[in-house]
Parts: sequence; C-alpha cells; structure tokens
Amino acid sequence: MNWFYYASPATFYGLAGRLAPYFFLLAAVLTGWGLYLGMLVAPTDAQQGEVYRVIYIHVPAAWMSMFLYFIMACYGALTLIFNTRLSGMMARAIAPTGAMFTFIALWTGAFWGKPTWGAYWVWDARLTSELVLLFLYFGFIALANAFEDPRRGDRAAALLAVIGVVNLPIIYFSVKWWNTLHQGASVSFKGTSMHVTMFTAMLVMSAAAWMYAIAVTLVRVRSIILERERRAQWVREAVKA
Amino acid sequence: MNGNATAASGSFAGAIAWSVSRDLRLALRHPDETLLTVAFFALVASLFPLAIGPEPQLLARIGPGIIWVAALLAAFLALPSLFAGDYADGTLEQMVLSPHPSFGWALGKALGHWLVTGLPLVILSPLIGLQFGLPPDALLVQALSLALGTPLLSLLGGACAALSLGARGGGTLLAVLALPLFVPVLIFGSGATEAQATGIPPEAHLSLLAAGLLLALVAVPFAIVAALKIAVD
Repeated sequence: MNWFYYASPATFYGLAGRLAPYFFLLAAVLTGWGLYLGMLVAPTDAQQGEVYRVIYIHVPAAWMSMFLYFIMACYGALTLIFNTRLSGMMARAIAPTGAMFTFIALWTGAFWGKPTWGAYWVWDARLTSELVLLFLYFGFIALANAFEDPRRGDRAAALLAVIGVVNLPIIYFSVKWWNTLHQGASVSFKGTSMHVTMFTAMLVMSAAAWMYAIAVTLVRVRSIILERERRAQWVREAVKA
Repeated sequence: MNGNATAASGSFAGAIAWSVSRDLRLALRHPDETLLTVAFFALVASLFPLAIGPEPQLLARIGPGIIWVAALLAAFLALPSLFAGDYADGTLEQMVLSPHPSFGWALGKALGHWLVTGLPLVILSPLIGLQFGLPPDALLVQALSLALGTPLLSLLGGACAALSLGARGGGTLLAVLALPLFVPVLIFGSGATEAQATGIPPEAHLSLLAAGLLLALVAVPFAIVAALKIAVD
C-alpha cells in the first residue's frame, strides 16, 4: 500500500468526505450512550452530590483540549520537516475544535467550581495554564491567517504550535507540582479511584468527543482544501458534479 | 551592513559578537528608543499608585507584581522593530544566507535586545521598588529576578517577533503570540519578590527562572532561526 497516496489534498478530499459521516454517527451513538450512563445509571457522588455529573463533559473536554493541541503540533512538525501541504491544512482544521474544547473545559469548570469551591474562577496553576492554552490556540489561528501566502501562514503557525507544546506538560502536571485547589487526577494508567460506572461513562464520553473532533476536522479540512485548490482542475470538476 | 561583517570569522563567538556589537551601535546612534522604553517602564509603574491610591501597605504588597508587568510590557514594546528593519532592507536575507552560524547571530540579536531594553530596567527597578516602599532585601531579589527573567523575555519575544514578520495585524498579533508565552516568566519572577517580602526564601523561584533561561539559551535561537527562514523564504 502506498502510504503517501492520501497525502495529496486531491485524494484526501474524497476520503475525508467518505469517512466523516461514519465518525459523526459514532459520535452521536457514543454521546447518547455516555450521557445515559452518566446522567441516569451512575450513582450520586458521596461528597459532591449531583453536581459532580458535570465531569462527563468537563474531563473529556479538558483531555481533548490537550490531546488536540498535541496532534496539531504533530501536524505542525510534519509541515516543517517534510513541507507537506495537507499537514498544514489539517493543523488549521484542528485548531478551532481544540479552542472550543478548551473553552468548554474552562466554562464547565467554572460551573463546577461555584458550588464546590465557592468561586467561578480561582488563579490556580491548572486553570491558568489551561487559559494560556486557549490563547495559544487563538495565536495559532491568528498567525495562520495573517499572511497573504497561505503556505507561509501554515509554516509560521506550525512553528508556533511546536513551541507551544511546552505548555502541555505544565497543564498536565500542574496539580502534582503545585498541589492546588484543583483536585488531582482520578484516572491513571495504574487504575482509577472512581466507581466503575462513573469511569465507564467518562471514557465513553471521551470517545464521543474524540469521534466528534475527527468528524468536524474532516469536514473543515475539506473546505480548506477546496478554498486552497480552487484553481485546480479537479476542484472545478468536483464542485460542478 | 557595516565593516564588521567581513571580520566575523565564522565561529559562534564571532557571530554573537558581530550581531551584538552591530545592534548596540545602532541603538547608540538612536538612543531615544532605549530611553523611551525606560520612560515607558517608569510611567506604567507610576500609573498604578495613582489609580489604586497611595496606602503604603497596599503598594508594598502589589509592587513586585506591578514592576514585573511593567517590565514585561516595556520588553514587549521594542519587539516589533527587532527584525523589522533588517527584514525591510534585505539585511536579514543576507544574514540567513551568510555562512556564519545562524545560531550565533540569532542569539546575539536576542542578547542585543536584552542589553538595550532589559538591562536598563534591571538597573532602574530598585528605584521603582523604592517608590512602592519595598524593603531593601526585596529590592535586591527584585533586581535579581528581573536580571534572570528579562533575557528570557527577549529570547521568547524574539522568536515571536520572527514568526510575525510581514504579517497583517503587526503589533496586536505579536501581543497575542508573545504575552501567553511570557506568563510563566511573570509568575516565577514576581513570585520571587513576593516570597522574599512574606519571609519565604525566594531561591526556588529564582532557580526555576535560571533553569528556564539556560534552557531557552540553547533552544530558542533555533526557533528564531527557523522562523526567520520561513520569513525570508
């Protein structure tokens, strides 16, 4: 199999169009299942009561905010190393979804913080570093769009994404390094301190967020490809058809 | 280009020395820019007591943070012009094409920026600290944290300035890129003085700043060069 076949925007356009509906379907099914488990089946938390259920949105969004940045930076590295066109478009397509998940993580965190900590916002290391992540996403989007030549925007933004990766371990380990108000991780590779149903529901919701991110990225990259390749013959034929 | 270009021997030290001496000479011929940075620093720091009120206890409490924010903004002020002149007249292209180690002159550029904008702030900071009524030992820690932190700002800011060369939205874009990266420097820098003021040893903050500076010294020049190569491509 030729691994580089789908590295061309023209061939990837078709593949993305065929794959996106399946990922949307997966996302919808998993969201339904995850919400059913989380809202109806999972028990009430002994300490926090019903309020803890925001975890089924908050934790998947926070995970995706970091994971998507990492993937975006990997595409950035590909852009810088191999100078491929599609990787730059993929990084651009991921950025808005990553920014959205970062915003959701901060927003649901504020709603969780008010009843449990008594404040919507505290200047704690994890919240601050997550806010910096949001600004990194904004910086990436702004820089990618700041040049006449889109390829130059791709490469400059790719370098920014790679530099910004330094922030990820800071966010992830902030609750360990600074022992702050934000609780430590309940899930690790060694196991979990959570009830099994709660844990399953959280994993299912994370999978749903992941599938949604893939689906939306594929749809967005299709528009970016069309816009970028608008003068190519195949685009004219594809749009006409 | 000046005569020094031919004297550079192709070594790291030569490239650093060439670019530092060139930028210093340019700064000396236009001293107003440096003076403006210093004046801006003092002015921003003086605005806060006027806005918040002159209670000595409150000022001593918030002083370290305000001095750091003012230093951060002042360091940011000179960033857009760091590479813009060389980019506009084609010097930058020649520098990228030249056989001299790009790591060297990129580091020299950041160092030159620090000598012109960062060092004056370090020297001036005890004076501003006195205005806020900081105790003498806190003044020392303040100057030390600025001495470790402002080179870090010059390096990180240099990378962002190189990235945004020739971009639409110039200064505003640069602010969105650079200020989030400055946040850790701000936290540990102002944290050092605050720790000293509340009786906790400031060594931990200073050590982290120094570690960050050492890491940036070996890593960031590569990023600056990569960004400049994208810009002149």
